[in-house]
Amino acid sequence: MAEAPAKTGATPVLSVQNLEAWYGESHILHGINFNVNAGEVVTLLGRNGAGKTTTLKSVVGIIGKRTGSIRFDNVDITRASSDKIARMGVAFCPEERGIFASLDVRENLLLPPIVRPGGLSLDQIFELFPNLKERLNSQGTKLSGGEQQMLAIARILRTGARFLMLDEPTEGLAPVIIQQIGHTIARLKSEGFTILLVEQNFRFASTVADRYYIVEHGKVIDGFANSELQANMDKLHTYLGV
Amino acid sequence: MQALYAQLLVGLINGSFYALLSLGLAVIFGMLNIINFAHGALYMMGAFCAYFLLNLTGLGYWPALIIAPIVVGIFGMILERTMLQWLAGLDHLYGLLLTFGIALIVQGVFQNYFGSSGLPYAIPDELKGGMNLGFMFLPIYRGWVVVFSLVVCLATWYLIEKTRLGAYLRAATENPTLVRAFGINVPRMITLTYGLGVGLAALAGVLSAPINQVRPLMGADLIIVVFAVVVIGGMGSIMGSIITGFALGVIEGLTKYFYPEASNTVVFVLMVLVLLVKPTGLTGRAA
Repeated sequence: MAEAPAKTGATPVLSVQNLEAWYGESHILHGINFNVNAGEVVTLLGRNGAGKTTTLKSVVGIIGKRTGSIRFDNVDITRASSDKIARMGVAFCPEERGIFASLDVRENLLLPPIVRPGGLSLDQIFELFPNLKERLNSQGTKLSGGEQQMLAIARILRTGARFLMLDEPTEGLAPVIIQQIGHTIARLKSEGFTILLVEQNFRFASTVADRYYIVEHGKVIDGFANSELQANMDKLHTYLGV
Repeated sequence: MQALYAQLLVGLINGSFYALLSLGLAVIFGMLNIINFAHGALYMMGAFCAYFLLNLTGLGYWPALIIAPIVVGIFGMILERTMLQWLAGLDHLYGLLLTFGIALIVQGVFQNYFGSSGLPYAIPDELKGGMNLGFMFLPIYRGWVVVFSLVVCLATWYLIEKTRLGAYLRAATENPTLVRAFGINVPRMITLTYGLGVGLAALAGVLSAPINQVRPLMGADLIIVVFAVVVIGGMGSIMGSIITGFALGVIEGLTKYFYPEASNTVVFVLMVLVLLVKPTGLTGRAA
């Protein structure tokens, strides 16, 4: 696989400052602040409707109205169109997975264009997700939920983007599939990918994440490292209502 | 028997135009979600473009077959950039009204300068004359129109269903936001798609010029039947529009032979029946 980028640590890959966003008239994000450093897996935790998905969608530029500052690789992308943001190396795997019914598995896999060299080859992808190879000619939406999730992750690994945003990749999946997704994320991290994860399942998140941010009512209200997880358990239960 | 074959041929010719036009409408509807009522006017512009090329620059049929779709396609892309793109996300009614208005304006302008009667456009020398097939006499130009239209339709089907570009197009039809978030310039693709659909209409116009003459209202007469074809075939299905286009041309031709009184209405009767039984059309997907 491609070489891991140098872990600078000094300048974050993604830096979000005072981000506000609207869906039509409704004000969803009220000032989101966080950053993601190269090679890290950062997880946004929070209840339903807290604004986690909207945060990801704002970063990739598909929320119409957004203010504040989003910087990726030290470039301001706050006002950029989503195709430009994607071409800079931001890859997005949506919560609903976004597998296309009118495309077969192969076409779904090859759909996102290569944005830079260094993406995974098809062989490397089939090594990670052997199921996909057997189902290349099936209609995309005929796959099981787990296979669709794998396809949704696999297709953004081909593009050469080194920054992945995964929105609830474990939602609605069987434990054995969740485990496989967990292994994949760990593997990607070891290959040097930077990952921003949205999760409700924080037991899953704790197996892969380096740091957490808590999102509530459209704001980041807390953040801590994985090593501080135990110390923050009580707070976390209050935040998430679990 | 001779008369039956002759009507069958007329049916196939009309079917060729139905297929080329409804194919363009289907592609445009899929991508832009606009019912393109200007399609007939753009078909007419294709024929006029061929006429101008011949009479102003001396360029004949063969160059016109390439140049007219490009010129009218560019005109279409300007329409899309300046007007249609602002209707994205609105109700179908707005697109229908806007394109209907565009059709009226374009047809009005041409009528002002050229009246309503037809302008002649000669069959190219290479395709003059006919062939005796034993059971019927086949005018070569008409045979050419049917074969060439079929080839263009199948090539368009291949482009959309079997190529990488077509996969982008199909995906963007389903979920343009996500396709754009993968790094594809979807607005530009929409403009080019509209240009492609319009170009197909202009191509049909050029093909039709030697058969039906060049008239400002040639598209207005045709487009109503084409919309019936699209309703029967189902909006948004590529192969569906091609098959339905040819099939309805043939059915119309056969009706002309067996029961001429109904030949002008048979398509609409079928449309009503299809709408009653399967409102999404024979091959259409649920909206």
